Amino acid sequence: MTSRTEAEAEGRVYNVGGQDWDEVVAAADQAGDQPGDERLIVNMGPQHPSTHGVLRLVLTLDAETVTELRPVVGYLHTGIEKNMEFRTWTQGVTFCTRMDYLAPLFNETAFCLATERLLGITDRIPERASVIRVLMMELNRISSHLMAIATFGLELGATTVLLNGLREREKVLDLFELITGLRMNHAYIRPGGVSQDLPSGAIEKIREFLGVMPGLLGDMRKLLDANPIYLARTKGISFLDLTGCMTLGVTGPILRSTGLPWDLRKSQPYCGYETYEFDVPVQDTCDAYGRYLVRMDEMEQSLAIIGQAADRLAAARPADDRVMIADAKIGWPAQLALGPDGIGNSPDHIKHIMGQSMEALIHHFKLVTEGFRVPAGQVYAAIESPRGELGCHAVSDGGTRPYRVHFRDPSFANLQALPAMCEGGMIADVIAAVASTDPVMGGVDR
Amino acid sequence: MTEGRPADEKPADGKPADGKSAELQPTDGKPADGKPAEAQPAQAQPADGKPADGKPAELQPAELQPGERAALAGRERLSEQVARTGMFGAETTGDTSGYGGLMVRRPPALSSPRPYGSYFDDLADALGSSLEQAGLEFGDAIEQVVADRGELTFHVRPEHLTMVAGRLRDDPDLAFELCTGVSGVHYPADSGRELHAVYHLVSMTRNRRLRLEVSVPDSDPHIPTMVHVYPTCDWHERETWDFFGLIFDGHPALTRIEMPDDWKGHPQRKDYPLGGIPVEYRGATVPPPDERRAYE
Repeated sequence: MTSRTEAEAEGRVYNVGGQDWDEVVAAADQAGDQPGDERLIVNMGPQHPSTHGVLRLVLTLDAETVTELRPVVGYLHTGIEKNMEFRTWTQGVTFCTRMDYLAPLFNETAFCLATERLLGITDRIPERASVIRVLMMELNRISSHLMAIATFGLELGATTVLLNGLREREKVLDLFELITGLRMNHAYIRPGGVSQDLPSGAIEKIREFLGVMPGLLGDMRKLLDANPIYLARTKGISFLDLTGCMTLGVTGPILRSTGLPWDLRKSQPYCGYETYEFDVPVQDTCDAYGRYLVRMDEMEQSLAIIGQAADRLAAARPADDRVMIADAKIGWPAQLALGPDGIGNSPDHIKHIMGQSMEALIHHFKLVTEGFRVPAGQVYAAIESPRGELGCHAVSDGGTRPYRVHFRDPSFANLQALPAMCEGGMIADVIAAVASTDPVMGGVDR
Repeated sequence: MTEGRPADEKPADGKPADGKSAELQPTDGKPADGKPAEAQPAQAQPADGKPADGKPAELQPAELQPGERAALAGRERLSEQVARTGMFGAETTGDTSGYGGLMVRRPPALSSPRPYGSYFDDLADALGSSLEQAGLEFGDAIEQVVADRGELTFHVRPEHLTMVAGRLRDDPDLAFELCTGVSGVHYPADSGRELHAVYHLVSMTRNRRLRLEVSVPDSDPHIPTMVHVYPTCDWHERETWDFFGLIFDGHPALTRIEMPDDWKGHPQRKDYPLGGIPVEYRGATVPPPDERRAYE
């Protein structure tokens, strides 16, 4: 540890390099002896393992009590919104999927719903595509909540919870890999539908997943629900009531842990959620434990929705059932198929455009190089992501590229509530508060 | 516990009906005759409180033949300013595509006549009477109303923004409890109103959504802050300042949030380049994205 005297305004600065806690405590004691200088300002992050990526917290401490907390964000700003203005609407999916990297399919869906509403084709999205979207989003909700609970456990010191959570999340990622080809950043949901249909055997794999998952979630519940250490670290911790949530724009599990059953899937349904049977879990404890319970309950409800979606996909389907809008001016024309040298354009499609239909070739060429034009206007499409309301404000000037896309990421809004949850509490509870907020910095900074 | 719908009304279901639900009219440069009767979005609200989601009954203006209407629409289109000419951004070489003489006009500024359809008329009436109680005319505070694609936008004059937002939040007939943030948009061609701040509000009580839009000139980019009405706007306004240079007067600490503190410029503005470097790949060079061919 080194110490040096800085300018008067900044006070005395200690650089902590690890394994020197005794020296810090001694220095703090010494500082405490001087009147009027009892506060300790601690910079936590941005490279702190428990801050979910690169979140920096500037804490003002009075002994172990947090008197002031300032979250500092921006370390993961990647300019996704600006970049999307220089790509076609279809290419935009590839960018926005990388924002909240634990919930990529939600980012894609929000953007696609906004694009489709701008195009005025919301009603013409094939039923099968909507069902696949719901299926994928609910799988994603499970993987995201598992990650939230797993890292929550790790941050409180429980390695088993992390390992169990990641192991079970892997099962969801395996399904994603089977269906989309990728474990994350899928770019699977596209304006007009989804990029390809489920591969053969996917329904069986999903059924298998539905068979084992309730047991695994039950194991997680056995590990945590009544665990005295977990309860001591979460019950009554990081309190935020309904008024606080409304004021600070907090949505998602944090809001539902205050007792308000606000879930956009129920209240403002999209993608046909009104046709599925599921409950909106709520708790009324307003604390970190309540948020944990809401997430666990939501995963169980997601399993129910996945089951219903899988049944619909497995049912007999008409021959012209498609997963991309039939409009040749909008629907992505290429079909993917697995050939001897890997996945690529399907030979049937190549045969069609190269040998049979000039119009199909023109449409393919124009859509792939130029993209489709979107009528001028603006829309706001909101969906219920695992972290709350994910909104996409899309503006078109009538061109083939978005004029402006803004994402209202729930993590960004929820992080603002961190001082309200932490100030006046102990420094150890800051960790629990951050973990129960479940911020994903990729989404916060975009 | 199972009921996730706190209010008695269904939302506007997000469907843009059939694209005709809210036909739009240009605000400026429209001829006075015959125009107001054209294409009323008669998306009436049925008695059961559900928004009409079927096809709106088209009111045909009796005095105009379809051909004349098309001609009128065409003339209006031609009166708009030219946004760009040519195609593919080709300026240096001969354009053999035949698109060289192409002129693309800017989309007209939109404004919807009453009835707006869905719950929008109710909402506008409620806001109107609420503002009247506060001694303000609806037309003085709201310069323009747009009902488009199943969404309602009030263009609010900047000086009345906090007042309107306060009424929207506090009046039990409106009850917009939640603001989901601010989004900036830069329209360099819209002279005198280059910078727009767009607020999205949610009423959980009534299950409604509303958009407020404020526009200010680039030369005087001042908007009163909403932090005192919706504290959640704190970070959102910082982000909008950071990316667009919109100054929110009265904000407690309007500092950069995403870009570094010493950053120059406001990156999401249209006059700010995307940047990037050319990438060489097998002997060929791929230009950075903002210099590539653009099919605008």
